[in-house]
Amino acid sequence: MKNFLNLLSILILLFFTTTHSNSAETAKFLKTDWSFKGLFGKFDRGSLQRGYQVYTEVCASCHSMKYLSYRNLGEKGGPEFSEAEVKAIAASFEVNDGPNADGEMFVRPAKLSDKFVMPYENVKAAQAANGGAYPPDMSVLVKARGGGVDYIYSLLQGYDAVPAGITLDDGVYYNKYMYGNKIKMAAPLSEGIIEYGDGTEATVEQMSKDVTTFLMWAAEPHLETRHQMGFKAILYLIILTILVYFSMKKIWSRVESEV
Amino acid sequence: MSDKKPKRREFLFTATYAVGAVGVGAVVWPLVDQMNPDASVKALASTEVDVSSVQPGNTITVLWRGKPVFIRRRTPDEIAEAKSVKMEDLIHPEKDEDRAKDPEWLVMLGVCTHLGCVPLNDKGDYDGWFCPCHGSHYDTSGRIRKGPAPLNMEVPKYEFVNANTIKIG
Amino acid sequence: MSDHDYTPTSKVGKWFNDRLPLLSLANHLTDYPTPKNLNYWWTFGGILTFCLITQIVTGLTLAMHYIAHADMAFESVEHIMRDVNYGWLIRYIHANGASMFFLAVYIHIFRSLFYGSYKSPREIIWIIGIIIYLLMMAAAFMGYVLPWGQMSFWGATVITNLFSAIPLVGEGIVTWLWGGYSVDNPTLTRFFTLHYLIPFLILGLVVLHIWALHVPGNNNPVGIDIKKPSKDTVPFHPYIVIKDGFALLMFMIVFAFFVFYSPNILGHADNYIEANPMVTPAHIVPEWYLLPFYAILRSVPDKLLGVVAMLSAILILAALPWLDTSKIRSAVFRPLYKQFYWILVADVLILGYMGAMPAEGLYLLIARVATAYYFLHFLVVLPVLGFKEKTLPVPLSITEPVLGGSPNLAAARNKESFDK
Repeated sequence: MKNFLNLLSILILLFFTTTHSNSAETAKFLKTDWSFKGLFGKFDRGSLQRGYQVYTEVCASCHSMKYLSYRNLGEKGGPEFSEAEVKAIAASFEVNDGPNADGEMFVRPAKLSDKFVMPYENVKAAQAANGGAYPPDMSVLVKARGGGVDYIYSLLQGYDAVPAGITLDDGVYYNKYMYGNKIKMAAPLSEGIIEYGDGTEATVEQMSKDVTTFLMWAAEPHLETRHQMGFKAILYLIILTILVYFSMKKIWSRVESEV
Repeated sequence: MSDKKPKRREFLFTATYAVGAVGVGAVVWPLVDQMNPDASVKALASTEVDVSSVQPGNTITVLWRGKPVFIRRRTPDEIAEAKSVKMEDLIHPEKDEDRAKDPEWLVMLGVCTHLGCVPLNDKGDYDGWFCPCHGSHYDTSGRIRKGPAPLNMEVPKYEFVNANTIKIG
Repeated sequence: MSDHDYTPTSKVGKWFNDRLPLLSLANHLTDYPTPKNLNYWWTFGGILTFCLITQIVTGLTLAMHYIAHADMAFESVEHIMRDVNYGWLIRYIHANGASMFFLAVYIHIFRSLFYGSYKSPREIIWIIGIIIYLLMMAAAFMGYVLPWGQMSFWGATVITNLFSAIPLVGEGIVTWLWGGYSVDNPTLTRFFTLHYLIPFLILGLVVLHIWALHVPGNNNPVGIDIKKPSKDTVPFHPYIVIKDGFALLMFMIVFAFFVFYSPNILGHADNYIEANPMVTPAHIVPEWYLLPFYAILRSVPDKLLGVVAMLSAILILAALPWLDTSKIRSAVFRPLYKQFYWILVADVLILGYMGAMPAEGLYLLIARVATAYYFLHFLVVLPVLGFKEKTLPVPLSITEPVLGGSPNLAAARNKESFDK
């Protein structure tokens, strides 16, 4: 038993001292408090709604979010826009539909059940319009990057001045947190690039935080339910474990000598 | 052994079983519920139809929850005919005003209540619909008049959200 | 078997049992004499059964919504996560359940290695276990391909490409496996079918595994043969049922922490990127439970020999009952073997860690040393130890050590015999 514990502690030490970072040059990520982290983490509704605004007004011109539907914006656990607001948001986009009775495809305003309209028809069109680089779909982007929300949050604020000795091709920019430090997206956020509907000051840091929070929800819309259910499940299991433990002791007491 | 010991032992075991049963139920429910309509299906549970182009005497057919729905804009003659039918003459007695709140508009599932075929518009002996599968005849209110179908064509929940749009479901 | 003495209490029961002896079977399982000194390392068999059932049930319900087509697989998984009622829960249970399954199987295997459960007369149980383990790896590998993420696609490409190492027929076999000229839709659809099938093969083998176990009965921490039933045993129900239940609940708490609070920590972020045949991820890594074998594979510079080494690492376990020449089962009484055992554990963990690292520089060197040592342990250390090791005296019965009995055999013989 002692040997096992020794081994376990060495392993735990090994595991935590060697962080899984991809390259030597990337700096440590910027830290901030995320309201959705932790056992009882929840999303900040205001932040989600502002984040949606940033996504729509800044990012959506290049980045699709094809696995989300407009109705998601009104569902519990998310930005929780009112039904009227969500209907209005949907109606402001056009989707292809058809064929109609004449056999023709047509365009109509989006409904709640429609998926988010994509900025480009397909991946190739997106690449062609962006110098060969495909702006990744954002539905699960936060889960698709090892650093998660901290990485995205940092990257949005990581457009530092190019250090001496580094040359960049046309259409390539320097970013402190990008893997390899070279990124084909120009800094998307700048002070006051949008005007928040709720009056919050639109600093780069604020927008980074809000849009990242929104992206976290987009990737994990059931996060709050998951946390709440998890708390109840584990509490239940602990209670049942205690009951079973005492039942076990009771039953085994019948055996005269336990080994 | 005193009387107390068995009682306490029994209580512990009963409590453990009871708590365990709650857990089993909690585990079973999601496994059953996942077969219920999911969110994307429920989002399509209702559909809105633009009827502005439908002229009196014409019928359009739309898809709702995977089934055809007939929307007919009735002429005054058709409405009068529907209202004049006596209840005793009907296989499935139903008043026309109970089937069409606004008498000009008839909205019903285009599914024959016999075995599920789609009846043909403007056919049959009663100026309504005729089902070619087994010869059921429906009148201008979509009620069964002759043939093997037992019930009138079903009227789903619907409402006019504005003058030009009907929301079904 | 002595179970023929059992008669069901009800008349209907007797009528049914005479035609299909299920009630006799249930009675046998209930009364099955189990050593009373089993410690918690023995609860993992029951835990593994729970894991198998969990994977089958969650897998079945996922299969009701999953679409096994390259164009729709990724999207169907997102549909499950977002729209299907409790879909996110069932998916996370299934994905993390695979990891828990392997965690349990490794503890189960290492328990067997420590206490000599693979030794005569339990060789067949052990070998069936290895076949189950191989099938588990196949099922897990194919299951990981199904979401059709970057790791799914490229992991499939790397591992199926290994078969091309086989001389003469290798390329043909790879094309046959793929159903095309690269990993694509035909590969995905057949992997789905086989992934669905294998758990039921495992289920059948588990039945055989337990049946074979019930012939000699369980091994125990002291490793001595015991008579059953006797003072050394307890009936399986309720004693072992409740103990396994307790252990299972502790296991479920750990499981729940992963599912509800860190559902993606054991996975790889790249698998949330849709499969792209034009772009290879920077580091292709399998899931953690396959890492030691990945390390062994990459240790050998030759492609074919690397594959041979990787397979040998598993197949050598089948020869274990004969490679280990010691007459003493339990490491409790084998002080030298005990040390080599822990070195092996460390070695396997090091191999696992190296499997996650790029196969270059110091990492590669360590992986090579660890691979060599792994084979050394089975091929050299174990056979030699059987002859050379001075083992501690083994007690006569399992109750003896607790009563403060002398480890000295002679003194023990003077005590009252506990055999019936």
